[in-house]
Amino acid sequence: MSERYIFPHKHLLGIEPLSAQDITAILDQAEAFEEVCERPDIKIVPALRKRLVVNLFFENSTRTRNSFEIAEKRLSAEIINFDANASALAKGETLVDTALNLEAMRPDLTVMRHSAAGAHALLARHIKAGVINAGDGAHEHPTQALLDAYTLRKRLGRLDGLKVAIVGDIRHSRVVRSNLWLLTKMGAKVTLVGPPTLLPTEMKEAWPTVDFSYDLDAVLPEQDAIMMLRIQFERGTGQFIPGQGEYARFYQLNAARMKRAKKDVVVMHPGPMNRGVEITSDVADGPNNVILDQVTNGVPVRMAVLYLLGVRRGDSEA
Amino acid sequence: MSENPVPSLLDTQHMDGYLERLAREISAACGHEEGLVLVGIRSRGLPLAWRLAKKLGNLLGKEVPVGSLDIALYRDDLTEKAGAPIIGPTEIPFSLRNRTVVLVDDVLFTGRTIRAALDALQDFGRPRRVLLAVLVDRGGRELPIQGDFVGLKLEIPRHQRVSVKIAEVDGVDGVFLETRS
Repeated sequence: MSERYIFPHKHLLGIEPLSAQDITAILDQAEAFEEVCERPDIKIVPALRKRLVVNLFFENSTRTRNSFEIAEKRLSAEIINFDANASALAKGETLVDTALNLEAMRPDLTVMRHSAAGAHALLARHIKAGVINAGDGAHEHPTQALLDAYTLRKRLGRLDGLKVAIVGDIRHSRVVRSNLWLLTKMGAKVTLVGPPTLLPTEMKEAWPTVDFSYDLDAVLPEQDAIMMLRIQFERGTGQFIPGQGEYARFYQLNAARMKRAKKDVVVMHPGPMNRGVEITSDVADGPNNVILDQVTNGVPVRMAVLYLLGVRRGDSEA
Repeated sequence: MSENPVPSLLDTQHMDGYLERLAREISAACGHEEGLVLVGIRSRGLPLAWRLAKKLGNLLGKEVPVGSLDIALYRDDLTEKAGAPIIGPTEIPFSLRNRTVVLVDDVLFTGRTIRAALDALQDFGRPRRVLLAVLVDRGGRELPIQGDFVGLKLEIPRHQRVSVKIAEVDGVDGVFLETRS
């Protein structure tokens, strides 16, 4: 990374608009912030002092919201948690009103989670502050993909050339879309695995280099990493599978299946886990898992994003 | 950036002489103190700190630890940059509590970098005292900060830039005067 490189984006709406160099810059910055997080005494730096960050969560999220809030605090930002009632704000028009109210508070950064794909792009058009997407419907969840990549790179030393399988509810997962953009841009080989009902093969159009498989046992042995996804019952995924037992028989990561995998395969899960459905406890807690590392790494990765977007002048162009 | 022919203020040989003198001064002032450490400010203060540590090691017959500090997160002018500067890693793998810390940087100008470095150091524990060693003091201070160990002392007009090149980073040693175009 040259010293002259300047992060060129004003918003983080998704991984799709980022270049491989931008992604590498974020991951490299996260390393500097990991050092801050590992300091024995004071884990706080003044980089975003006197900047106002608004956390706007229209969908429930404990882990992502806490992770962002810790990251903001470690950068010394001022924080407002905007309580959003999802029912009043499901329509685009009311979101614009919310944005205008938000703009009146003159925030420097807005972190938003919203159930509608593209809500962040709408918000970004109406406010001067930088917008960070903390998840929009089934579209993108860029900071999750970045922390996954950070965790993978730290464990395996690279992303280029890695073989990664993403297994489960591909259809409803925003984590998949962000990870597909990121992993393919960084040169990893991705295989999407799941039952036909949850594996929309039209995704091939957006990601032509990605492989699709209905057979986890067949693709498992060659993978360097496996990302397990949860069945999203709250998004109606139950209708797409015959039953949990049947699903587990073909797609659960358990001790028997782990015998087919590489000895040092990295087991990932973005959480929350349904233990006993997509993954068994002995695997989730076993030596190959990095599931809690993913949570830990979320903080320095989000610090890097907040820092890179937050120190820009408010008037600069996107 | 400079387009003019670049006059050299110090070449490799003279630069090493100045570093040798700095090392002797540091050794005389605080070489006997327990817990002497050097902290180099990224990017060019760090290789200078390594070189000083080697010379101090020879003079004192003991190893002097070196830490590195990236002060970008502590700058008071972070907003004025066009974008975020990329931060290098800070590595201070020891507590600074009750240590004698010699900060090392290449050029002392406005003093703002050193102010930021003092802020940053506090987060690693409260040192007994902090001293400052610089290869070049070019004048033009905007804060009440001075060097305790100064190699080359100059008064350079503001529109000119003193650029220190170090073999470990730039492939060549030397101190140069550049005129901003």
